[in-house]
Amino acid sequence: MTAARRILALTIKEFLALMKDRFSRVVVVVPPLLQTLAFGYAASFDLNHVPFAVYDEDGGAGARELVARFAAAPAFQQRAVIHRHADIRPLIDNRKVLMVLHIGPQFGRRLALGEPAPLQIVIDGRNSNTAAIALNYARSIVTGFNRQWAADRGRGGPPAFVEARAWFNPNLESRWFFVPGIIGLLTLVVTMMVTALSVAREREQGTFDQLLVTPMRPAEILVGKALPGLIIGVLEGAVITLIAVYWFQVPLLGSLTALFVGLCLFLLSAIGIGLMISSLSVTLQQALLGAFLFLVPAVILSGFATPIANMPEAVQLLTYANPLRYFVVVLRGVFLQGAPFGLLVGQFWPMAVIGLVTLTAAGWLFRRRMH
Amino acid sequence: MPPERAWRSGRGGAHMRLRGLVRKEFLQILRDPSSIAIAFVMPVVLLLLFGYGVSMDARHVPLAMVVEQPDADTAGLVGAFGNTEYFHPIAMPDMRSAERAMLAGRVSGIVHLRADFSRRLHSAGGAPIQLILNGVDANYARLIQGYVQGVWGAWLTQRARLQGARLPLAVDLQPRVWFNGNFRSRDYLVPGLIVVIMTLIGALLTALVMAREWERGTMEALLVTPVRMREILIGKLIPYFVLGMGGMALSVAMAVWLFQVPLRGSLWVLTLSSALFLGAALGMGLLISITARNQFVAGLLAIITTFLPAFILSGFIFDIGSMPTVVQWITRLMAARYFVAILQTSFLAGDVWPVLLPNALALMGMAVIFLGLSRRRARKRLE
Repeated sequence: MTAARRILALTIKEFLALMKDRFSRVVVVVPPLLQTLAFGYAASFDLNHVPFAVYDEDGGAGARELVARFAAAPAFQQRAVIHRHADIRPLIDNRKVLMVLHIGPQFGRRLALGEPAPLQIVIDGRNSNTAAIALNYARSIVTGFNRQWAADRGRGGPPAFVEARAWFNPNLESRWFFVPGIIGLLTLVVTMMVTALSVAREREQGTFDQLLVTPMRPAEILVGKALPGLIIGVLEGAVITLIAVYWFQVPLLGSLTALFVGLCLFLLSAIGIGLMISSLSVTLQQALLGAFLFLVPAVILSGFATPIANMPEAVQLLTYANPLRYFVVVLRGVFLQGAPFGLLVGQFWPMAVIGLVTLTAAGWLFRRRMH
Repeated sequence: MPPERAWRSGRGGAHMRLRGLVRKEFLQILRDPSSIAIAFVMPVVLLLLFGYGVSMDARHVPLAMVVEQPDADTAGLVGAFGNTEYFHPIAMPDMRSAERAMLAGRVSGIVHLRADFSRRLHSAGGAPIQLILNGVDANYARLIQGYVQGVWGAWLTQRARLQGARLPLAVDLQPRVWFNGNFRSRDYLVPGLIVVIMTLIGALLTALVMAREWERGTMEALLVTPVRMREILIGKLIPYFVLGMGGMALSVAMAVWLFQVPLRGSLWVLTLSSALFLGAALGMGLLISITARNQFVAGLLAIITTFLPAFILSGFIFDIGSMPTVVQWITRLMAARYFVAILQTSFLAGDVWPVLLPNALALMGMAVIFLGLSRRRARKRLE
């Protein structure tokens, strides 16, 4: 048998092992696709219907107009009107509302006199990110109110104002940012599932020793174990990309070639890591632990949810060893910025290097088992 | 009664059998220390990495400053950007070089003051401070926009004070942030991370244990002994519950002493809700293990059903209230969701019963359902 035929035989055997079991067949295909849909909707920092309460001690026309602007904004939803200061605490403590607009008794008078009238916003900071986003929304509503108020009365507004414009995502929809990243997340999880546990299973069941006494060379075993992960990863990556483009309507500006070259390189590096974990573990339990010890940091330190620029220097250095870090940049670059192939080379080669190093290491570990 | 008889039946027998099973499980844990690593090494590694690594707070954001005609007015504004820790302003000669810097990722935004800035500053319409952001990371862009608005407001106030004029603002927004006045994102991320880590621990510890017994054939050996299925399950749960609670205690200790997250609620509430959550998490692992009967499939299920759902659908980072209704319903199936609500409140706000009670009840319900389903599906027979 030639090497190619031996590899093909092993690949087919791996596929059969995965697909003949009703459970594992379903688990590899269905949850990732369902999760794409759920995560695509869930992963967003845009706020909708944030509940708020109004404590208006003034009751004048200006105060009512300001409150109406909040109530009309899609980000906010008015839930309660309160009349005592003491009512603020239980509302916020019990998470009935995220914020309370407090308008003092002097509000209308100061507004009429042209003095800055204070609008106090009490906000629940338990999730400080949500609080900061909600305050930003509130700030833009107040800025809009101020401009309108000044214009209506022929008064000059502030001598300068901020005029913001965003490239690549003019409405700053955070779904555009997260959905491409989900392609990386889920293909990573799927390839980890397929590769990290596969050799560990054979070792625990003792079939790996049988594989080693066949005429197959360690490199061939490695390729035969890697191919199923690559094929499943590319197929699922393609389906999730279709969901991103046609279901979530995320613009795909760049070339598909760049996207799939990135996907293949990323999968190779993930497979290398998975096979390394697998060949290092003696039991499935250890492989599972290894898979999680890689997966969780890889996702959280990838820039998927929190910017890498915010991390301390030492942790930033660590992220250079994380293939997902590069793939997330490729995904967002291709989807939103229409980045050409050439601009992404800087992301491609680190993934290729990680893939080569980990695959070589996995091959070496296989060989070491033999002697 | 001779010992053999006690072993066979009666309450004393059940007690003895259970003790034997728990002892056996502990010995097995000691033999393959990966379970101990799961309970104690994983929380330390992950919390250290994330406690220091993950932050939503932007500091020293590189910002290109393009000033077409520098003078006293523009210098004051540029100085205001330099005075905050949020920004690291970098002067650029023209828009072309600034745009190139932004495309290359060297700056996160551009502040552009046109040549007529000072003239329009003194005119009725006011002068625009043009801000161009890289919208790829929409949230980061919005954060920066908020910081720029803050700098702008501070600059206006100071300018008005210097000129002895009134601030020409109709309404002045004064935020009061409760529970986390400094917006320290670590204070809410660390409790959330504890939930993600505990979800993994719960699933990892028990997802394989029953499947392993089936796969190795030792389950059949157990089945011919007088032990009942209930006792086998409880015997499996107790050791891993102890390990899990140990891991939880370690995580809380790190949160409080290492990351200085305030713990405003009481310790017994935290302990009790952790026990409930662990019951649900271990129960889910057990159910996976019993349903799969095969370690490989159990491992696949453990990976796909725990980490990413706990990360994205628990309200740890993404606000559940802003999700579409259908997805909000899906989040109700996540034990992590209830535990995130409990931990964020318990750490930052205190013992707020109207928040704690419903979430604790939900956790209890999930624990009962998972353990009950495990009990139902684990029949003492061969297939």
